[in-house]
Parts: sequence; structure tokens; C-alpha cells
Amino acid sequence: MSDKPVKIRGRAKNGVAEIKCLMPHPMETGTRKDADGAFIPAHYIETVVCKHNGKEVMTAEWGASVSKDPYFAFTVRNAQPGDIIEVSWTDNQGQSSSGELVLK
Amino acid sequence: MTMKRSRRWFLRAAVTAAALVTLPVRVLARATAAFKAKDTDSLMRELFGDMPIEASDAITLKVPDIAENGAVVPVTVSTDIEGVQQICVVVDNNPNPLSAIFNLSEHCVADVSTRIKIGDSSITRALVKTSDRVYMTMKEVKVTIGGCGG
Repeated sequence: MSDKPVKIRGRAKNGVAEIKCLMPHPMETGTRKDADGAFIPAHYIETVVCKHNGKEVMTAEWGASVSKDPYFAFTVRNAQPGDIIEVSWTDNQGQSSSGELVLK
Repeated sequence: MTMKRSRRWFLRAAVTAAALVTLPVRVLARATAAFKAKDTDSLMRELFGDMPIEASDAITLKVPDIAENGAVVPVTVSTDIEGVQQICVVVDNNPNPLSAIFNLSEHCVADVSTRIKIGDSSITRALVKTSDRVYMTMKEVKVTIGGCGG
């Protein structure tokens, strides 16, 4: 049940690393209708977990009002080149995906 | 007999495995009621209870004054306030005003960016929670439908 991977970019600089990610996902609100007038079921990312060298540094809880294919940027302290950043998400339909980055 | 025992063992193992898989999701304890709230007041009560909420200049909420496409509005919240535990983004006029909550540990800088949907011109709020109080800053975003200006 894994969707497209999370795309992550980032670089360690002066001990901090700004991480940017893109998560391909439809982010349906559940209020839109299809061509036949039937509601398209809600389908959105609920939780995002960010890990730095395996340690959880941030979690995010999202509603359906985060844009389609969410962009998310955050900054991690005490980051050195070679550190591993992992970002994973779970949506309201139980699907999940993740992505990993080795900092330069 | 051997067959029966192995089947029971299998079932028990399956249940344990299922419990282990669902455990991390429960630990996160999503603020479901706050996300379902239909107005800003009730979601703030849901999220912060009786904690004092005060307006603050120490939060930078970066959103465009005029968003041409309400489906993709870039938002950045950053602050110098010490001991930030949580950053919330709220859009008053959305059907469910709460957009996002970021739970920060001390290993992260209080600076997050994302992109949200804004259905109609609305006040957008950034709320920053520390251990004893909540700081808030607001900004109005106008959404032009059609996006051609004029």
C-alpha cells in the first residue's frame, strides 16, 4: 500500500539543515463532486513524521485543506553532512509512503 | 492436536502483529475534533482549552495579500519565541478552519512552510503554543477567483 515516494531535498549548513519535501497525493477534501454529481471521497494525508538519524524531530497533523501534492519545509538543528533525514506520511485511507535523504 | 495448536498460535501471532502495526498511529493521538470544528472559536477551545491566547509581533506569518489561486497558497510561519511546542495554521472562512498542526521538538527550528487551500477571502491565523501560553498573529488573504485580476 505504498504510494509515490516523498521527494526530499536539503543541505546541512552551519549546523542546521533546511529540508524541503514534496509528497505526491490527491488531497481530496470530500466536498468536490465528479462529473456525475457524486461526491469524491475524502482522501488526504493526516500525519507526517520527520526523523533525523532515526529520532523523531517533528510530526505534523494535516486536514484536507493542505494543497494537492503537499509541499512541506522545515529546519533541523544539529545537522551534519552524512546525517539521514526520513519523512513519512499516513493518509485517512490507511495508505502511507516515505522518503529518505542523506545530507550533503 | 498439533494442527490445532499451530492454528491458535498463528491467530495469536497475527493479532499481536496487527496491534503492533496500529500502535504508532495511536501514539500520535490526532486532534480529530479540532480538525472537524466548523469555526475558529471552537477549534481553539478544542486545541488549547483555557490557555491564554495573546496577540504577538514575534511570529512571522508569511502569506500573500492577494492569492490568485486559492487552491495553492504558500504559507510560512516562523518565530523567535523560546520553547515552541506547536505551530497551527487556521483559515477562518474555510469549511474546517484548521489546516495544519506542526508538533515541534527542540531539535527543530520554529520555521515551517507549506501550501494550503483557501476557499474564499479570509483571515489567516498562525498560532504558536508554548508550555504555558498561546501566541497568535493574523493576516487577511484575498482570493481572486479566476485569477485574471482586473
